Amino acid sequence: MKKPLLEVKNLKINFKTYAGLVQAVRGVEFTLYEGETLAIVGESGSGKSVTSNAIMKLIPEPPGIYADGQILFEGKDLIPLSDKEMSKIRGNDIAMIFQDPMTALNPTIRVGKQIMEVILKHKKVSKQEAKERAIELLRQVGIPMPEKRFNQYPHEFSGGMRQRVVIAIALAADPKLLIADEPTTALDVTIQAQILELLKEIQKERKTSIIFITHDLGVVANVADRVAVMYAGQIVEYGTVNDIFYNPKHPYTWGLLGSMPDLNNKSDEKLFAIPGSPPDLTNPPKGDAFAPRNKYALAIDFEKEPPMFKVSETHYAKTWLLHEYAPKIDIPEPIVRRMERYKKEAELSES
Amino acid sequence: MNHKLLEVKNLTQYFGSPSNPIKAVDGISFHIFEGETLGLVGESGSGKSTTGRSIIGLYNMTDGEVIFKGKNVHKIKSKKEQKQLKREMQMIFQDPYASLNPRMTAGEIISEAFDIHGLYKNKKERQERIVSLLEAVGLNREHMTRYPHEFSGGQRQRIGIARALSLNPSFIIADEPISALDVSIQAQVVNLLKELQEERNLTYLFIAHDLSMVKYISDRIAVMYRGKIVELGDAEEIYHHPIHPYTKSLLSAVPLPDPILERKRKRIPYVQEETSDFASMHEPLPNHFVYGTDEQLNKWLKQAQL
Repeated sequence: MKKPLLEVKNLKINFKTYAGLVQAVRGVEFTLYEGETLAIVGESGSGKSVTSNAIMKLIPEPPGIYADGQILFEGKDLIPLSDKEMSKIRGNDIAMIFQDPMTALNPTIRVGKQIMEVILKHKKVSKQEAKERAIELLRQVGIPMPEKRFNQYPHEFSGGMRQRVVIAIALAADPKLLIADEPTTALDVTIQAQILELLKEIQKERKTSIIFITHDLGVVANVADRVAVMYAGQIVEYGTVNDIFYNPKHPYTWGLLGSMPDLNNKSDEKLFAIPGSPPDLTNPPKGDAFAPRNKYALAIDFEKEPPMFKVSETHYAKTWLLHEYAPKIDIPEPIVRRMERYKKEAELSES
Repeated sequence: MNHKLLEVKNLTQYFGSPSNPIKAVDGISFHIFEGETLGLVGESGSGKSTTGRSIIGLYNMTDGEVIFKGKNVHKIKSKKEQKQLKREMQMIFQDPYASLNPRMTAGEIISEAFDIHGLYKNKKERQERIVSLLEAVGLNREHMTRYPHEFSGGQRQRIGIARALSLNPSFIIADEPISALDVSIQAQVVNLLKELQEERNLTYLFIAHDLSMVKYISDRIAVMYRGKIVELGDAEEIYHHPIHPYTKSLLSAVPLPDPILERKRKRIPYVQEETSDFASMHEPLPNHFVYGTDEQLNKWLKQAQL
């Protein structure tokens, strides 16, 4: 049986603002096992970045408030830890790759020194050893001529190369958990593909667990073992990557899948867009937060929040449509058609 | 449909010192038919945005010609004709946060252009035009007096679209109009652009790096790499039978929302081949253009089994 590395239980995070209390994360629960990749998908404002920052304890207090819940890392709750205790874990056991490689590096410090900084902080090594290790890391993340690059400043690197440096820094102390917050969003597709390959290679070699935050379902299909779909501060669907892509149950997941055209979409068919925009979390709607945008919403959706319904051992979804009394609604046509087309393509490439 | 609305000939845009210029756009030629959407794709730095901006006149072109409705845009001298041209050609910008003046209401932003062009008879008509534009992009009368910060990203982009439509243009350059938006909102905006195109017989130059969206919205596609168009053709052709190795590489990098296909995917890296001075545009298949030398083309065609 696989061992859980990270367990997040009923996590609630609020922010005090002038407009009122924003309930950014409203009871998130998930488990991450050793060596696997969990993708958290959602739109901006869905709470995915707040969740990941919370695991790193990077939520500023105030205005942030850890209102409820536990973050168990190897069985130990991180929430009550002091800043000092946390700084031993941060960068060492849990490391983070940020979205924008242009701002994640210090422009006035040579990249080599920025990598060494982490090694010297967390490992008992001499400066010379740290330097050797930093150069080795640069080599591992695929930077050519690492000895020369070691002494360069961030502006001398391209966007993709900078993101490799950011990854090298994250890997410097050999963390058990890597949180990647939209690591490829700012990059070109060709560079994105390279970075995704690199992350997968690293995971294979080091057995690192990865939390991958993104809004791009194509990227999710590429990297994830399991997927959590977030909406309005909650996980609305949770399952293996196959569950989510081949048997999605939540109308929001349908919407996300449908709103992404793929290379085979006929241009005369309309995209399956989700109408409206996400709710204001200072005042989350009563019942199912997605109901106002959901064309399959039932009367109860506007009254009572749905529980997580179990679809299978691995697959859960938070929608009243899964209740035994709910009318049977099938996955929308365009998505089914696409799945069938992909199936054929997959078979074709098999033969 | 086979009437050329816009023709670009040898468009060249250099920046920096004339002795050692940065060749952002390096002599490209293409045309856009009336009522169609031409997608322009490429990585950052390929010159796709510069192309759009040069066409509409936000930069002074280093060399080349832009011919719109049979007239050379840069040779128009009379003020009246210039004004007319500006009505015909409009732009939608990438960042809906930076492209709207935060101190103007949505109504003011939309009406600014027709105030300048004097396109209404009285206040009532002006008001009606603003409302009809707001409604055309899925907003309503109440939004007229609000400021940009009161809108979400998707709504802001709708205001940007309404502004572009305000002078009843025939041609719109959309420079990455959806890349700053969330996935579900992207689909809304793309659907809106398609509806407007049908209703108003608009012609689009759609610039983006998101290949799946470009494929979806475009009739034809031009692929740019380092200031050159390396391949141009029918959207279906480009996607299913790419010839230029860069196009192949770009296509192989697009992630698909399907785990099984993703696991099998093989990325094709692009090794840049030196293109000598003999390189030029070829038309190996009808209406499918590829940039390269004769030898390169023969090799690529063999690889593509054509």
